[in-house]
Amino acid sequence: MRERLSLRGLVQGVGFRPHVHRLASELGLSGWVRNDANGVTLEAQGSASALQALRTRLLREAPVHARIEACESEALAPTPDSSAFEIRQSEAASSGQAAIGADTCTCPACLAELFEPGNRRYRYAFINCTDCGPRYSIAEALPWDRARTSMAGFALCPDCAAEYEAPAKRRFHAEPNACPVCGPQLHLLDAQGQAVAGDAIAASLALIQRGGIVAIKSLGGFHLACDARNAAAVARLRARKQREEKPFAVMLANVASLATLAEISRAEQADLQSTARPIVLLRKRVGADAQLTGVAPDLAWLGVMLPGTPLHYLLFHDAAGRPPGSAWLDQAQSLALVMTSANVHGEPLISDNTEALAQLADITDAFLIHDRDIVIRCDDSVLRRLPGSDHAQFIRRARGYTPAAIPLTGAGAGTRAGANVLAVGGYYKNTLCFTRSSGTRSEAFLSQHIGDLDRVANCRALEAAVNHLQQLLQVKPQAIAHDLHPDFFSTQLALRLAAQWQVPAIAVQHHHAHIAAVLAEHQLDEPVLGLALDGVGLGSDGSAWGGELLRVDGAHVERLGHLQPIALPGGDRAARDPWRMGAAALAQLGRHAEIRTRFADQSGAALLAQMLERGTPMTTSMGRYFDAAAGLLGIQPQMSFEGQAAMRLEGLAASYGTLQLRSPLHEIENADGLLQLNLAATLNALLDSTLPVAQRAALFHAALIEALAEWAQAAADASGIRTLACAGGCFLNAILASGLRAALARRGLRMLEARLAPSNDGGLALGQAWVAQRALAD
Amino acid sequence: MSHGSGGRAMAQLIHELFVTHFDNDYLRAQNDGACFPLPAGSGRMVMATDSHVVSPLFFPGGDIGCLAVHGTVNDVAMAGGRPLYLSAGFILEEGFPLADLKRIVISMAQAAKEAGVPIITGDTKVVEKGKGDGVFINTTGIGIVPPGIDLAPSKIRAGDAILVSGMLGDHGVAIMSLRENLSFDTAIQSDTAALHDLVATMLAAVPEIRTLRDPTRGGLATVLNEFALAARCGMLIREPVIPIRPAVNAACELLGLDPLYVANEGKLVAICPAERATELLALMRAHPLGADAAIIGEVIEDANHFVQMETAFGGRRMVDWLSGEQLPRIC
Ligand SMILES: [Fe+3]
Ligand SMILES: [Mg+2]
Ligand SMILES: [Zn+2]
Ligand SMILES: [Zn+2]
Repeated sequence: MRERLSLRGLVQGVGFRPHVHRLASELGLSGWVRNDANGVTLEAQGSASALQALRTRLLREAPVHARIEACESEALAPTPDSSAFEIRQSEAASSGQAAIGADTCTCPACLAELFEPGNRRYRYAFINCTDCGPRYSIAEALPWDRARTSMAGFALCPDCAAEYEAPAKRRFHAEPNACPVCGPQLHLLDAQGQAVAGDAIAASLALIQRGGIVAIKSLGGFHLACDARNAAAVARLRARKQREEKPFAVMLANVASLATLAEISRAEQADLQSTARPIVLLRKRVGADAQLTGVAPDLAWLGVMLPGTPLHYLLFHDAAGRPPGSAWLDQAQSLALVMTSANVHGEPLISDNTEALAQLADITDAFLIHDRDIVIRCDDSVLRRLPGSDHAQFIRRARGYTPAAIPLTGAGAGTRAGANVLAVGGYYKNTLCFTRSSGTRSEAFLSQHIGDLDRVANCRALEAAVNHLQQLLQVKPQAIAHDLHPDFFSTQLALRLAAQWQVPAIAVQHHHAHIAAVLAEHQLDEPVLGLALDGVGLGSDGSAWGGELLRVDGAHVERLGHLQPIALPGGDRAARDPWRMGAAALAQLGRHAEIRTRFADQSGAALLAQMLERGTPMTTSMGRYFDAAAGLLGIQPQMSFEGQAAMRLEGLAASYGTLQLRSPLHEIENADGLLQLNLAATLNALLDSTLPVAQRAALFHAALIEALAEWAQAAADASGIRTLACAGGCFLNAILASGLRAALARRGLRMLEARLAPSNDGGLALGQAWVAQRALAD
Repeated sequence: MSHGSGGRAMAQLIHELFVTHFDNDYLRAQNDGACFPLPAGSGRMVMATDSHVVSPLFFPGGDIGCLAVHGTVNDVAMAGGRPLYLSAGFILEEGFPLADLKRIVISMAQAAKEAGVPIITGDTKVVEKGKGDGVFINTTGIGIVPPGIDLAPSKIRAGDAILVSGMLGDHGVAIMSLRENLSFDTAIQSDTAALHDLVATMLAAVPEIRTLRDPTRGGLATVLNEFALAARCGMLIREPVIPIRPAVNAACELLGLDPLYVANEGKLVAICPAERATELLALMRAHPLGADAAIIGEVIEDANHFVQMETAFGGRRMVDWLSGEQLPRIC
């Protein structure tokens, strides 16, 4: 008997063909297997029982990183085959369904070889196998084949070629396979780009231990590294990077090394050790700041990651004194490296050697560099677990996760797969998203974090990422979704591409998209309530929305309520100066006269008071209410990075602990048929209380949670809908998210949150794509 | 001021007001149109029209009257033309105070006189109360472009220098401060001025100038984006060398405005071949209306036609083309 099997899903770059080959050979089947545009296709010939066994074991014993979405079989007439089962050349095609894997950290088997003296890859910085190593970041096109990666230029040596061809070996068809003889090489260059003689790893570590800064070429781009325990080195890195207060993440050898620095739950440990190797935000222990002076000042959280590449491991191996074997990997080590993205002020992560040498010369003391090109730059992913939640939340989704597919339900009430669309995201924290469909299935591919589109280079990166991802996915969009804001580069790009491809451009309101992103990943296609707590997004009435209660039904959205509008004096400027929002709050409360006195130390206070008297544009943004609270409490008059005031406020509230609210501090009003949430009593309480600042910060959070829960309840009662999808940047506030989750549960409301995509604007493109699919199906 | 039948006497009054103050033979001839001789010599004629709507009507440094003269004179000048004559059309709202109208007409007359460009024909209509905003003024200008001068944004080439004639943002900030009722320590005055003399000086010495434009509504940012698109090039400007008064910067910061997008009424942007830029700059600086002129950047190759600004902190910021007002975007 002969049978053809077509497998779809994540089956390339995960060792699937070797897996098929091993099974087929073991079962005595003849035939072939190959990667193609749709995934993996194989033909096997042999006895009925052997074919039956192949089908079962193919799925049951699939490689760790594989994810099989579909397996179709077709009976064929037997043909004369050669007796052996073979792996055939990949078939390139113009359109397809194949998926590509994300980059993963070094696997235990490779680590064992890496630290085994005498192994031919002992301390070789580019060791990998079918279970681990670079994937997305080195892929130029699909199908996944060495020739279409940045390993194409490295010809396999006889030893590596033998491994590549030996079905029983772990490196059978491992496309990035390499060794010191034939693979990429590591070099240490000084700040002027001159080669430094000697062992590159040892010299780098020595430099770091002396307080130096080294630019390290990691998987998705360059990092700038220094000794996190050396306050002077950290301060120097801050000064050179002109990054005054933004927190740095640290890399530690293992979880054991964390003990005195941060608290860690079992789930957080799993996040930290996951093969994606994200930065995980952990609660600092008392005394952490004293050990890591200046790393993440004034914040309750410390960003931590573990070594993700052989190169990172080698630095820690050196610091441990190069012990043989793997035992040291679990032993606590004091080396803590600041690992911060190497870029210039909001510009894209640097991923290219020439670019690094040109742009980092004034920042770094040396370059630990190699000759394997990074095709697609990918920032570190950042995630965190909130108390009382059973999932981690993404703050930034990039390396290790992209381009993992997010499965979607069908559109048109689930009757058919949603159309192929492109969504270009928002303005800040931009990402883009393609959907690709076959049969009744549809998947979303959300890109890595691209950055803020106020930078020319990020705009170019967005356009490049559209092209690259389209090339990888081989998909033809039938529509392009974008934000309502006319001035975003993303919007303009969408309009341009739509004209070029002759497909419709679909504008999606910002908060509709936020809520839709949550519905997309939860595969929920029914009317829900949406609670968007966000910074500013352009509303359908042209005003600045951001604290919205919506009813979302696919492509349809209805505004049910909003926060009481508050002045936004100076537009975006007010989003950087919380004291301005504090003044806006005073104006809203009818306490104009206090603006001049309370903000006497701000030179513009008197003029701002004049502006507020005349009236300014208004906003319903929740984020600006957080800024207002921070402004009124005087804890952060000006911000040096986005979200800083809200983070400080949250930190203070956390330091106080749980606060029991005596009575509600809000009112729900009817404003032109909409439920308006009035927080005047909360703001007045902040102003008139003599309680310590931390307690007042806790009061703000407690009052807000109660107010939001009541508000949602009112909408639920009026609409009969009891599912509330929550999204927007404010849900990165742990106290708010956890508190609201509990408060809604007490009211019998179901709360849906973002898990697979960031709750902030990094997830916007997913929601835009979902809405566009539904708009096309209507 | 009244509208309808009772207004006939008023119309006569207004007419006399114009004749008295604009005072020239063409108006005195009492014809519906003005006949004037063809200008001597060769070259091309240029005609430009602009309707002026500004609130408030009177502002530090000027009023709608002189603005209506300067605006159209400048439009003629930006085409490389020497302005010869102006027309003026008034749309008045019923009830508009005659005293205010008189003030505006006197200011217009003075601006026209200083510019040496007479207003030779005009018209007045009165609309019902609530159907206008005090007064709207349309002016049309006719001028002559000397032979050899042919300015167009399509002539811009990568490598060209970008110049501005002085401090940016004064007019818009003066208007905005008044509208917001803000009293700054340093009073900011509108820069409204007629630029044709400066332009004549520039073109006489550097006829290779590619193009000129006055950055009125939408400011420098909008002009550069228009140029970039027309020339299919990119524009790179450098933040530290863009001339902006500290007081204007401070006011913009307070109001949340980007000075690059704020209107000017007495400034021009010039694009010229790089090798003539220094000479042109010196010429501009020697003229009273170009004392603070500066070379602020250059035209670059860019398939995306981006306008970008190298910031004081390093890195390059996008200078977007806004569809309207500056809308908030920080999420
Ligand atoms: Fe948002
Ligand atoms: Mg004009
Ligand atoms: Zn491995
Ligand atoms: Zn080799």
